[in-house]
Amino acid sequence: MINVLEIAAPTLEWGLLSPLLVILGGACLGVLIEAVAPREMRYVLQSALAALAVVVAFGLTTLNWIQATPQLAAVDLLALDGPTYVFWALLLISGLAAVALFAERALGGGQSAFASSAATVPGSPLEREADALHREHTEIFPLLLFSLFGMMIFASANDSLTVFVAVEIFSLPLYLLTGMARRRRLLSQEAALKYFLLGSLASAIMLYGISLLYGFAGGFKFAAIDQAITAGAGSMPLLLTGMLLTSVGLLFKIGAVPFHIWTPDVYMGAPSPVTAFMAVATKTAAVAALLRVFYVALGGLQWNWQLLFAVVAVATMLLGSTMALAQNDIKRLLAYSAIAHAGFILVGVVGAVAAGEGVNLPSVAAIAFYLFTYGIATFGAFSVITMLRRAGGEANSLEAWKGLGRSNPVIATLMTLFMLSFAGIPLTAGFVGKLAVFESAWVGGYGWLVLVAVVMSVIAAFFYLKVVVAMWFQDADEESVGTVETPSLWTWSVLVVSAVATLVLGLIPGGVLTLLTDAAQFIR
Amino acid sequence: MNPEGYLVLSAILFAIGVAGFLLRRNAIIVFMSIELMLNATNLSFVAFANYHGNLDGLIAAFFVMVVAAAEVVVGLAIIVAVYRARRSASVDDANLMKF
Repeated sequence: MINVLEIAAPTLEWGLLSPLLVILGGACLGVLIEAVAPREMRYVLQSALAALAVVVAFGLTTLNWIQATPQLAAVDLLALDGPTYVFWALLLISGLAAVALFAERALGGGQSAFASSAATVPGSPLEREADALHREHTEIFPLLLFSLFGMMIFASANDSLTVFVAVEIFSLPLYLLTGMARRRRLLSQEAALKYFLLGSLASAIMLYGISLLYGFAGGFKFAAIDQAITAGAGSMPLLLTGMLLTSVGLLFKIGAVPFHIWTPDVYMGAPSPVTAFMAVATKTAAVAALLRVFYVALGGLQWNWQLLFAVVAVATMLLGSTMALAQNDIKRLLAYSAIAHAGFILVGVVGAVAAGEGVNLPSVAAIAFYLFTYGIATFGAFSVITMLRRAGGEANSLEAWKGLGRSNPVIATLMTLFMLSFAGIPLTAGFVGKLAVFESAWVGGYGWLVLVAVVMSVIAAFFYLKVVVAMWFQDADEESVGTVETPSLWTWSVLVVSAVATLVLGLIPGGVLTLLTDAAQFIR
Repeated sequence: MNPEGYLVLSAILFAIGVAGFLLRRNAIIVFMSIELMLNATNLSFVAFANYHGNLDGLIAAFFVMVVAAAEVVVGLAIIVAVYRARRSASVDDANLMKF
């Protein structure tokens, strides 16, 4: 029998939820600007509003992080604890970098990376007309904020239904953004179609898993699922199938094998600023959600999922590293690199070292640090990618990078730095990140996995060095060489900040690691 | 109430959805298969809600419906854009990028 409904008005913790509300409010205001502001003012208004919303939300997040005690909020749907604040901060930093790259208009003849009118057919007279009128889509900024809002909910969700809704909130704007490239629009639309169909499939499978977990536990709250597992009642096949199907959706968003197929195509087809945002923020949010689902809700099944993730991690690292070797397009190469990085992150997840007394580096802190180092190097690399151009758009083929060290040593040096950080060479941030996740797995009792991961990172270093070799040791080919265009302050700031952060985190990572370690305790 | 029959039906519908996704070539039909999977999940939510005697699963079904509606808006926009550019909505024709 269903009980009689008693409705009590929910209380919301407005102060604690303020970062979310600022981002959502900024997005809604952006939609309003589209409706009322004259066309020529929209770009300035939208980019300023988006940047302001992200900065304010970041300030509020930091304030709450310092002041508030960890607690459940919004009728226990969100858990506002240390990891949530850490991942919110990471997401907002990548959101700000994405706003900067989205707002870049100095490259490619004073036009943004987005289609002048996405509704027109590629190559049609209407498209040429929109180009001639210098039309542009300023809706990209509200879409970015909506996506960021969904990711922040995703990272803090304490309820499996909220996880599903958050996935859709952040994915739907991304599907659209993927299809809006200015150049090579057929590729871009194809990427959007593939991303949309595969993404919806993964969400649907995850939803079925969530329904099975609900059937097992009788509730959506992570605490309820955890209690039901501890109590040992209920049907075990239901629980295990539910766990497997739920992990499908999360692993898809992370880009882990065997759910990685979309990654290269979508990374290649999407406009580079969107690719950078997707590569960093989607992965951060999805890893945060994965950690919470598996450490908090399914923590009682640790012995089951640790081995599963270990196998997935090995497959992911192997496939990402080897397939990247064969790539000749820099965005595709970075897509396979992103897959390999997902594998390294999963190595950290397998460790499952909980925070507590006497624990040097909890897994959550190690993974957050890894995501941070990966994120800054990714944004740096993609800002360089947007700058290297030739007639008709970006020069993404590796041929175009040959001889860059001689023609533009500054940019080549920065790109080399990011590649070395990806590869995990000492004195860069990536090295400390790799060390951190390996330590997590080692302490968690998965020594063999660490050994495999070390071998994989050597293989992965090859293809990063391939880019470095092309830039410094190969002669430029007249036909295919690209030229470095000078961007505006937006891209420059992203580039410089990522380069400095990559070096600083590589040389003195202690402060950030301590900060993350102190904030690694999940609440239930 | 024993939810078994409903769960089996929901699993069958879900499997038909997956099969449709994998086998059909028209993007619209592929997309319909995803909707079928979501609705199969709704059925299992409702069956479980009845079994557990709480409202959570029923409310979940509403959320899923809203999400499915939002997905239709975005999905059809993308499919229509692709169709207008290529005069084809077949997922086999979207093959500019491989490996």
